[in-house]
This record gives sequence, C-alpha cells and structure tokens, in this order.
Amino acid sequence: MSILINKDTKVITQGITGATGLFHTKGALDYGTKMVGGVTPGKGGTNVDITLENGSVVSLPVFNTVAQAVEATGATVSVIYVPPAFAAEAIMEAVDAELELVICITEGIPVIDMVNVKRYMEGRKTRLIGPNCPGVITPGEIKIGIMPGYIHTPGHVGVVSRSGTLTYEAVHQLTTRGIGQSNAVGIGGDPVKGSEFIDILNLFNEDPDTYAVIMIGEIGGTAEEEAAEWIKANMKKPVVGFIGGATAPPGKRMGHAGAIISGGKGTAAEKISTLEACGIKVAPTPSEMGSTLVSVLEEQGLLEKCITHK
Amino acid sequence: MNIHEYQGKAVLKQYGVAVPEGKVAFSVDEAVAAAEELGTGVVVVKAQIHAGGRGKAGGVKVAKSIDEVRTYASEILGKVLVTHQTGPEGKEVKRLLIEQGCDIKKEYYVGVVVDRGTGRIVMMASEEGGTEIEEVAAHSPEKIIKEVIDPAVGLLAFQARKLAYAINIPNELVNKAAKFMLSLYKAFVEKDCSIAEINPLVVTGDGNVMALDAKLNFDSNALYRHKDILELRDLEEEDEKEIEASKYDLSYIALDGNIGCMVNGAGLAMATMDIIKHYGGDPANFLDVGGGATTEKVTEAFKIILSDEKVKGIFVNIFGGIMRCDVIANGVVEAAKQIGLDRPLVVRLEGTNVDLGKKILNESGLNIVAADSMADGAQKIVALVK
Repeated sequence: MSILINKDTKVITQGITGATGLFHTKGALDYGTKMVGGVTPGKGGTNVDITLENGSVVSLPVFNTVAQAVEATGATVSVIYVPPAFAAEAIMEAVDAELELVICITEGIPVIDMVNVKRYMEGRKTRLIGPNCPGVITPGEIKIGIMPGYIHTPGHVGVVSRSGTLTYEAVHQLTTRGIGQSNAVGIGGDPVKGSEFIDILNLFNEDPDTYAVIMIGEIGGTAEEEAAEWIKANMKKPVVGFIGGATAPPGKRMGHAGAIISGGKGTAAEKISTLEACGIKVAPTPSEMGSTLVSVLEEQGLLEKCITHK
Repeated sequence: MNIHEYQGKAVLKQYGVAVPEGKVAFSVDEAVAAAEELGTGVVVVKAQIHAGGRGKAGGVKVAKSIDEVRTYASEILGKVLVTHQTGPEGKEVKRLLIEQGCDIKKEYYVGVVVDRGTGRIVMMASEEGGTEIEEVAAHSPEKIIKEVIDPAVGLLAFQARKLAYAINIPNELVNKAAKFMLSLYKAFVEKDCSIAEINPLVVTGDGNVMALDAKLNFDSNALYRHKDILELRDLEEEDEKEIEASKYDLSYIALDGNIGCMVNGAGLAMATMDIIKHYGGDPANFLDVGGGATTEKVTEAFKIILSDEKVKGIFVNIFGGIMRCDVIANGVVEAAKQIGLDRPLVVRLEGTNVDLGKKILNESGLNIVAADSMADGAQKIVALVK
C-alpha cells in the first residue's frame, strides 16, 4: 500500500517535448514508472523515443490534448512541466479531462492564476499536488517528479514537505539510518497550491503501510499551525516536524513565493511553539530530522518496525 | 516587486481610483516648480522611499507656501530616513512627491491581499485608518472587516457596500467608497498585485473618497506580462548584490552576517542559515542557485558572495537532485580561478554525482574543507571565521 500512486499507476507528461519534460520523463521511466504518453499541443500524432539507462528505447505517443491522451492510454495521473505562463491552463485542462491526480512541478506561476485554478477545481474530482514542488515518490515502485530516486528506500515513514531539497535531506537522513519511506510528497513552496499538509497527513493516517510521518514546513502562512491542530485532533501515528526559516528577516521573500513573513505573521517561532503545544516533536536543526524521528519511534516502540535495512 | 507611492497612485488612477493631484520631484527646484504648477494653497512634501512609516520619521511635511515647499524639500531630499521598515541603516531620500493638500474629514484603511487559507483574494477595511494596521490587527482584530472574493465574478458591488457600511463611511459617500473599492480590486487583479494597501483612505470636506497613500506590491512571477510595471523598478532602492544576482536568475538576499552561503533549493538555503546561527555563526546572505543552474551561473553566484567584504568565510551546502554536484564543483573551481579564493571555504556535497563533484574539488588544488553533513559543515565554517 502507498498513498496517491503505486507501481500500476499510468502517467502522462504535459510538456513532454520540452527539455525539462523529456529529461524527467526519462528519469521516471528509469525508476520504473509506467509513463504511457505525453501532451504537447500541435505535436499530436508524433512519438518521442527515449533511450533509458539500461539501453532500451521507449517510444511514447504524443497527443494534442489531455483528453485524447487519457482516452488512448488510460492514464489516471498527469505530471506538468509546462512553462509558468501556460501552466495554470495545463492544470485546468488536466482537471477537465478528469484525471485522478495532477502533479505540477512548474515553478513561477503567477499567484492570481493559481487563485483561478483553485476556483476552477471546486466540485471536481481531481487532486492537485503543487505547483512549485518536487513531486511524489513511492520508493521502489514509482517516481513522478524531479527528486533523485536513488536516495529513497521502500519502508514505512511518510514525508511531506513544502521544500524540495529539504525533503531530500530528510529522506537521506532516514535511508542512512536504515529507515525506509512509504512515500515522500512535496506539496510545494507557493502560497496558493493544490494540496495542503492536512490533505496529505489524512492520507498517511489512513495508509496501513505508513507508521510515522515527518512534516517539513517553513516560514509564511499558517498551514503548519493548522496541520498541528489537525494532528492533535485526528492523527493516529507519530509526527515529527521541522520548520525552516527561523533566521529569515521579515518582509523578504526567501526564494519560495510562499516563504515570507508579513505583518508579523508566519514566523518560525510561532509555528514551532504551536507544533510543540500540539505534542509534535520539532527537530532543532535540519540535520536532526532523522534523529528526532528515531527518538520518537523508540519512545513509542516503533523503531524496529520501521527499520527496513541494516 | 515594490514601487514608489507616486507610481502606485499613477497606476491606480488608470483604473479610476481617486487620488490627490501630485508630481514627482528629483530636486528642490523641481519640487518648487511642481508646487507652483499645482497652484493649491497647501501642498504636501512626501519622501519617496520603499518603506512605510515615513511620516513618523519626518519624511512628510505640510507646506503652506512656496517658501515652505523649498525649505521642506531641501530638508527631506538627501536625508536618511530610519523607519520601522528600513532597518537601522535607513534609506536615503532621492525623490519627492509634491501633492495637493486636502481637507481630511476622516481616515480609513483598505487593503487587498491574496489569502492563503482560502486561496482567494480578500479585501479588508477598517475604521482605524492612518495607523499601522498590524497594530489594529493585534489589539482589536474585530475592527478589521474582510470580504472574500470569488474570482469567477470578482468583487461584487454589494460586498464593497457591505465593507463601506461596516467601517462607517458617511451614508452619502457609500457609493463613492464602493466604486473606489471596485476600481482598486480591478487594478489589483489586472496588474497582478500581491499587496495593495490604501492607508489612509480619506473622505474629504468636499465630499470625495481618496487614496491619500498607496502601497502596491507586485507578484514577481507575473512581471513577464506587465512590462509597464517592470519599468517602474527603482534599482537605487535595491541591494547591489541582489540586482547582480537577479541578472543571473539567482535568488539572493543580503543579510548582516559574515558567512557567505551557497545552497540549492530555497528550503535548504533557509535551513542552512538556521543551522549556521544554531552553531553561533551569522549568515551573510540567503542564496538559492536553483535546480537547473549551469557552471556559469554557479561561478557568478560564487563571485557575488566573494564581492561582499563582510564575508569572512563561505559555506557551500548542496543536495543534488536535478542539480549535479559536478556542476557545482566546476563552478566553485572556476570562480576561485578567476578571482582567487582568499577566505576559508567549507563544502558539503550530497546527492547526484557526488563522487565526481568531490573528485573535482580534491584535484583543484584549492584549500577546501570537506564536510560530511550540514551540521558538520556549519560547525566547521563557524569555527573558521572566528
């Protein structure tokens, strides 16, 4: 079991003929992901041939529209590498084609475009992850996104994060301690996005294969505080946290569009104290995400169950 | 991106938001000429810097004669204003807004932001205008009234009227205030603002509803579709190193410490600053070289860090995903070759092509201290700069 995606999930790439789309479609195929096609308006009817690391060549059909791609391939998930000016449109096209899940990697989408996307998605079935995120991985089964696959290992700890590289950092710290991951989900660094912490925590809570969760937040907004309250009320599994940006100056956008302290709100101190008040242990430094989780697993007698390799 | 008040007012005017008549002046003579042209008995001389709190710092003066305009303009131009938003070093005033005075009956607050919680644009209004809205929010949050806007239909007139009634705009001016708010919303959406703040919004003795101040912030992700706004960028208000970094599409923010940082990924870059501070050091900058950086970009990034005289040592912390460790290593070596490396350098590499990256650094002959983890690297650089 895993959340969102598994080894049988069929995936299409929107923007497959662009350099980024092509590069990461190859990376996904190398990992074993069932990539079944792609979409680039105007290039429908052609094929892209991708040579994998093992030397074999995969030929993927390209379609003009997402609806055509879905009809021909039976894909249920789309990953988007379309440039920012066209990415909001691409998400809405995927939603219109009734995909189950859309993962938007694109960074730099105007916020107001995302406000419109969220409105468009109301009452529809599609779930959106991102934008401005590394994607989703079920280690050992399927990788959709830009994360380095080899640092992951299959197991029972869920990772959910607003930051890509901090997700890698956490996963690496787990893997080197012999602790595998059930899934790693990057929800993205933008202020208006598809899925929030609570959406993913909810899935981890229901997933029998996930025994514990690391939640990585950062400055800006109040999503971590809301997640903490939700965890206190609903979560059946241990969660440890980390909040980046304790030393960030107010009013400056720290790379991520969403990582900004404004009007005295969204500071790391505020978030950490809410997390702790809700019984969530917070790693004091980013180097201690793994060890903090280990200490909590030990306390709860779960460490043995979470060690997947020596 | 920030712009000046006078520029913000010009943008709002295009959308029919009422603002006082005014002109920008870069010198005392221009200020006097502007006041003469306005021809009103009372004019306001306002410092134009990218920060709030100008009034309290002595950057806004009411002049009752042309002589006073001259006096105040010479006083304020060139003055370094220190406000709660400028930091202790303050900001030098290089532009003035010369504006007609108006007969203020009462001051209000209107602001527009994107609310993350609802994923919608929200308009806020308050009867407590003229003061810092953060203080109102902290002490009497019930005095800030909010309307959440459905992007499918935009701000509706009844919502604007609701706000106007709620903040006790005089009955006969409610429709004018509502029109003001509708225009403000239109400007916000069409120009991709991230913040639009009118503080104060005033009602005047002659029955007008006007923006006496205007603070507009723009979504930098959307500037590609607003060439007109991009032209309003005032480079003198920005840090030189930040401008240089933006040329190479690097996300760089100058800070006060002495440890230069080069990191990939915004989250990791922030966390790197945190861990340096945790071990008793002080970061000189936030720098995210991004996921798809080339050797050239990394070289430029490294040069920008070295150009900062405050920097006593450098910490490179890379977790390669798309970013390959060998690209980083080549960039570091190239920059060191071009301008010399005269300060301690600690490098922590992990992720894609890590072995190749380490090999390049080892064979470069540069004096590089290798670190096994973020914590190890942070402790080493902190010790080296002490």
